[in-house]
Amino acid sequence: MNSLFTPLSWSDSGLILTGVWNTIIISVVAIVVGTILGLIVGFLRAESNRAVNVLFGSVLDVLRSVPLIIQLILFSTFVGAMGNPLAPFVAGSIVLSLYTMAFMSEVFRSGFESVSPSMQTAARSLGMTKWQTIYHIRLPIGLRAVFPSWLGVALSVIKDSALVSVIGYMELLRTSEQLISRTQQPLEILIGVGIFYFIISYPLSHYGRYVERKMAI
Amino acid sequence: MDYEFHWNVVFQNMPQLLNGAFVTLHVSVLAMLLGVVIAILLAIAKMNNTKFFSQVATVWVEIARNTPALFQIYMAYFGLGAFGIHLSPYVAVLSALVFINAGYLTETFRGGFQSIPSTQYSASKSLGMTSIQSYRYIILPQMLRRIYHPMTNQFVWSILMSSLGILVGMSELSGTTQRLQSLSFRTLEFFIVAAVMYFIITKLVLFGSSLLARRLFKGEI
Repeated sequence: MNSLFTPLSWSDSGLILTGVWNTIIISVVAIVVGTILGLIVGFLRAESNRAVNVLFGSVLDVLRSVPLIIQLILFSTFVGAMGNPLAPFVAGSIVLSLYTMAFMSEVFRSGFESVSPSMQTAARSLGMTKWQTIYHIRLPIGLRAVFPSWLGVALSVIKDSALVSVIGYMELLRTSEQLISRTQQPLEILIGVGIFYFIISYPLSHYGRYVERKMAI
Repeated sequence: MDYEFHWNVVFQNMPQLLNGAFVTLHVSVLAMLLGVVIAILLAIAKMNNTKFFSQVATVWVEIARNTPALFQIYMAYFGLGAFGIHLSPYVAVLSALVFINAGYLTETFRGGFQSIPSTQYSASKSLGMTSIQSYRYIILPQMLRRIYHPMTNQFVWSILMSSLGILVGMSELSGTTQRLQSLSFRTLEFFIVAAVMYFIITKLVLFGSSLLARRLFKGEI
């Protein structure tokens, strides 16, 4: 009698590699876009007055206080209901990037605020323009200070990218879930998936802690 | 915009949604309590000189910190099946959250403990305090102040991550929402309400935590 389930074989490696690739690509997109947007928003928040800050802050607050999975479902159903459904990759990238931005902007804001005003005054008194002060003084010093936090957020985005599977994006965990339902070999597959995430995350998180220790006085 | 919102069905199902929200709170509180207990043990183990204990703690912490929460939940839900252990969705999500909470809080506790200089212990001993007294009145109060905010964050994180129960069919807020919307096809309405409920829960927890902090630390934090 033929079994309903077929064991894991080498021909599945293509599917697994697609999952790996999809996880990597959506994480990279979200980190890059989230970092750029977060840098802009963080700078604006460090610069602007109270009213603008409260407005920005409350929007970012919603992004951080609603579970990512709910945001993904809401966004993808919303664009669908509006009549122009997006591909899972596009919808997932948009939501994940905005979610990343919400955390990155806080990181960068604290970085910009860590550069003391007297340093800016000093730069201005050397004859630098406002933009030169930003470009040569505030950016390099502020960004260096927050590198470990930036890395921490980036790593959590890689892990959170697993949630994009809920709107049908074939990332690593969803691929593995499908393989599990076909092969009924959950342990082997899941351990493999776990090792993949671990190999990416572990060295980077150690590097982050190393940099943090080195920067501490 | 050619989508018509129908909120009635959502309000009719409000009791079920509130019940789901209760399960969400319930599982996160339990995950936090168990996580704290295990994290204290792991932090002690990690600072222990016996290599075996500190290594077990290190492995636990690194796995919890470096793999996705969804992976942990799948591991508990599907993976343990290989050993003939079949957990209910609730227990699977709970054990995954406990595992992760314990991993993160271990580092928090260890950092908090090590941030108190050992000279304080010696000083309190020299004032004639017993060991227990110096921990009770000198070390632990200062430590609590340092770990309070990270612990609050971890709790909020647990509430948000318990929403992953939706993927294993657990009946917490997201899972209930998912079930109800599949009966009525009012996906947007149900998930908007769920998002608002998560937001309110998070804000209430943060508000309660800051009230408690004011009482505990009398403003000096």
